[in-house]
Amino acid sequence: MNELCNFLAEPIAQRSLWACAAIGFSNGFVSALVVLRRSSLQIGTLSCALLPGIALAILLFGFMQLSILLGAVIAGLLVGLGSLFVSRTSRIDHDTALSILHTTAFAIGYIILVRLGLQQKVDDWLFGNIMSMSNTDLLIAYLTGALAVLSITALQRPLLICLFDPRAAATMGIPTRAFSYGIFSLIILVLVSSLQAVGAFLTLGLLVAPAATVYLLTNRAGWLFWGGGLIGAGGSVLAFFLSFPLGWHLGATIILVLGLIFLIAYIFSPKYGLLAKKQ
Amino acid sequence: MSNSHREHHICWGGGCDHRGGHCLQVEQLSAGYGALDALSDLSFSIDCGHTLALIGPNGAGKSTLLNVLAGLLRPRSGRILWNGAPLMDNRHEIAYVPQRSEVNRNFPLTVRGLVEMGRYPSLGVWRAAKQHDRDIVERAIDALGLRELSRRQIGELSGGQQQRAFLARALAQEAHIMLLDEPFTGLDLPSSESLGEMLRALAAEGRLIIASHHDLITAPKIFDYSLLLHRELISFGKTADSLRADHLQVAFGYLPHTLQA
Repeated sequence: MNELCNFLAEPIAQRSLWACAAIGFSNGFVSALVVLRRSSLQIGTLSCALLPGIALAILLFGFMQLSILLGAVIAGLLVGLGSLFVSRTSRIDHDTALSILHTTAFAIGYIILVRLGLQQKVDDWLFGNIMSMSNTDLLIAYLTGALAVLSITALQRPLLICLFDPRAAATMGIPTRAFSYGIFSLIILVLVSSLQAVGAFLTLGLLVAPAATVYLLTNRAGWLFWGGGLIGAGGSVLAFFLSFPLGWHLGATIILVLGLIFLIAYIFSPKYGLLAKKQ
Repeated sequence: MSNSHREHHICWGGGCDHRGGHCLQVEQLSAGYGALDALSDLSFSIDCGHTLALIGPNGAGKSTLLNVLAGLLRPRSGRILWNGAPLMDNRHEIAYVPQRSEVNRNFPLTVRGLVEMGRYPSLGVWRAAKQHDRDIVERAIDALGLRELSRRQIGELSGGQQQRAFLARALAQEAHIMLLDEPFTGLDLPSSESLGEMLRALAAEGRLIIASHHDLITAPKIFDYSLLLHRELISFGKTADSLRADHLQVAFGYLPHTLQA
């Protein structure tokens, strides 16, 4: 216990704790969009597709938050739109095209990062390292979370119609295409801002599990956002306190805790749980 | 709501300011996707208070016409007028009911939540729902007999109940024109009959119901008007006239078995 108190007195530990809460919250909040759009696999491939953008940005401009962010967004867009283009101009379907493009992009990114001599960094990008977050990173995580909460809360009404019934939404005068791009951009932004903390492989869990858990508990789509945010933040903070005494990797512990919370809802949800359905 | 509006028929349509009946006019409409001409030179006009079926073989342009009317697809040429003004300037007059297979049945949404979505065009992004809006939602729920189902999640509804829930949303929109994409597909006979009854009742209150439909047997029972399509207009008029054997022969390229007797 004493050890934990000493550890918590360190600025780096405090920063990590806040980062866990902030990243867990914004990912959880935005995970509602991923779950409601039923696009988790696409987002999963995207997180790996960001790697070459990040690697190229480091190659060209060094370690700069902004250029890394831009590089990631551009790589994500190239792979996302490129796969769409390939599927439309050939007999290959979209999922197949996306699988090829994102693994290729991932391979390119990996080669560049290794060539740059960033072996340690590679591990961080793949599996995350919350301890390596700077104050700027933390600030970016806060800002991303604030942006997600503000934009989604302000536009929640048309957003939900759009997600549920895009054609009717369009007839109601909702700019559905702009909403799609907005949703996509917000997801990428959250993805990139948490990549450093949880890594390309694990980030998908953080971007899906929280809202998926709430999805099993409620019939109010609006609750998915705040519920997801609270579960994301709570789970991440809990993981922080578990990982220290156990000596487990923090990013992996976060995903594990969120997975367990999901499992509990999956089994015990009063209405949609496994046990409720059996009765 | 102007008085002239009330004199002609009862309807819930708010915000319309016109004299005389409501009339939908389609003039020389052409539409398509890329190199494909899905519809060419289509003209017809119909007053509200009717149910209109869009009928034709697959690829005849039923969905295209529905999409153009709904404002989801821009026509290549031609005009669509509602009481003499472009329909696209009167978007609040349109309510759209999607095909059942397109609905995400697992979406966390109750029947009441779905009907409340219909208030969006009036409320916009931020305005809070007032008593007036809540009344309209409750009336729409009652009008389609959904009172007992109002707290159900939409995936727990049967096919017919689901169509009624979407119709209730359309009602809550207070639109005059209801566009339905294949509403009868996959419904069993009783649900199908009750849905047909409801559509006729909604039309009798002064709305214009337009639905794509593929069943030639049930069409005359449900719809009083029919528009037979095959890339262009084959026939338009009262269903019995419009779906005459010679017209069907042209549209389908053969006389469907079921009608030969």
